[in-house]
Amino acid sequence: MSSNYLDIIRPGINTTFQDKGRDHLYHIGIPFSGAMDNRNYLIANKLVNNNLDSAVIEFAYQGPHIKYSGEKINCAITGDVIFSIKKKDNEIEGNCYQSYQIENGDEINIISTNKSVYGYLALGGELDLKFQWNSCSINTKANIGSNDGKKLDVGQRINLKKINSNKDIKKINYNNTKIENIRVMRGTNFDYFSEQGKQIFYEKEFIVSKLSDRMGMRLEGPKIENIVNTNIKSEGLIKGVIQVPADGNPIIMLSDHGTVGGYPKIGVVASVDYDRLVQMVPGSKIKFKEINLSDAETLFKLYEMETQNLLSQI
Amino acid sequence: MIKNISNLGDAALYCDFGNEVNKSINSQVIKYFKTIKEKKFEGINNLTPSYNKLIISYDLKKTNFKEVKSYVENINAEDPIDINSKKLEIPVCCHENFSMDIKRLEEILKLSREKILENFLNKEYFCYMTGFIAGMPFLGDLDENMRAQRLETPRVKVPKGSVALTEQFANIYTFESPGGWNILGNTPLDVFDSSKEDKPNLINPGDTVIFKEITLDQYKNYNE
Repeated sequence: MSSNYLDIIRPGINTTFQDKGRDHLYHIGIPFSGAMDNRNYLIANKLVNNNLDSAVIEFAYQGPHIKYSGEKINCAITGDVIFSIKKKDNEIEGNCYQSYQIENGDEINIISTNKSVYGYLALGGELDLKFQWNSCSINTKANIGSNDGKKLDVGQRINLKKINSNKDIKKINYNNTKIENIRVMRGTNFDYFSEQGKQIFYEKEFIVSKLSDRMGMRLEGPKIENIVNTNIKSEGLIKGVIQVPADGNPIIMLSDHGTVGGYPKIGVVASVDYDRLVQMVPGSKIKFKEINLSDAETLFKLYEMETQNLLSQI
Repeated sequence: MIKNISNLGDAALYCDFGNEVNKSINSQVIKYFKTIKEKKFEGINNLTPSYNKLIISYDLKKTNFKEVKSYVENINAEDPIDINSKKLEIPVCCHENFSMDIKRLEEILKLSREKILENFLNKEYFCYMTGFIAGMPFLGDLDENMRAQRLETPRVKVPKGSVALTEQFANIYTFESPGGWNILGNTPLDVFDSSKEDKPNLINPGDTVIFKEITLDQYKNYNE
């Protein structure tokens, strides 16, 4: 029996354990998974003095309401999140990007994300989770990972294996910037689409549909016309690939995507924009902007330097 | 051989081996896949072989398109590699409880149930790739007169173990999932087992599969 644990009073809509994800498994059909918004995942761990690849609790829209029992521990929430911390004699509104010390009986109530999809709760210690292929990330479609591959449920108890001795309180000033222009490179089937279709893809606005999850983001808007074939022989996918099926509405592959697919690929989202893409809520407007490979590589390098710089300030 | 290498976004290589689907092209893909996998190039995250393409994704923090491309171009995949292929018999029950699309197949193929099963069973199929969902094998080729398009509207839930057909291919749904293939039967075998981390897939690219019919009673008693 562990003496430090969390009880789930309310699980939230789609709450899972996530870490850095798993690789070298696409050939058997297992996707990368891992935290959707990698930067916010890393910052959450750093704020509570964890190793950067530690497991965190990822939530979407409504988050969990948790009661903590045990020794004093730090916790931090990243993203754009509304939450409160209930102590014995008072309840405080929480701020993202700073750590709080919680003690036996305290409750964390994550009410919702604000104009964004994902948020992260890190606890200063090590959650007692099952690892599959070196990752605890939950893939609810294939039931892979910790918690039998299922999202968190009401009444569940989660044990902590250990608690960090470093309980320094950390804080950073950070704002999640929003973008409307998503930068993309041409996909391998770009020429399957009519001139008008290509123009629509780069010039018109698309709306993020409600039918979006960790597997994929569906878009609605003007139809993109295919003049070659609406099916290709199934082939490998990566996250960020934009497929256009027969109905002309683009689908962007996200972290839990199927590893192969048979729809033509019109574009691929630049890695630099992935963290911000996944945070776009249903109803948001998206416009695609074409960039070339070398610009995409440079922009990602800068983004990565910025992430490292943020982490070094914590 | 690889006909062309291009980029799939900024974090993957798209290796094109041609447009045809046949064993000889697919064997080339598998040879490259196994060679690169053995060599463990720093930065390569994933390799996805399919009928005639190989996607190589990499960590953009560690390497880039130019480096991985030049690495792949200089690989000698002519080296004899033990592809370690197996021949497997898969029991399948085609009782009406399972063969949800038999009526549809009878209509499209203009063949009787008996003829469809006779054409499908006891033949060798080659595993071109696994994926879409974990462990799902893409097997081919079906006889010319056995080729049907996928359902116009995919099912929201295809039962685990379903053996299904589309075009020249057969597959097995390794767990319950959405899907649009024509369902002919069901296997009691666990084709994907995530508790076996080193070998979760029963069927791997390059393997040969033969479907053997079992009765409903045999199906029910199979795992006892």
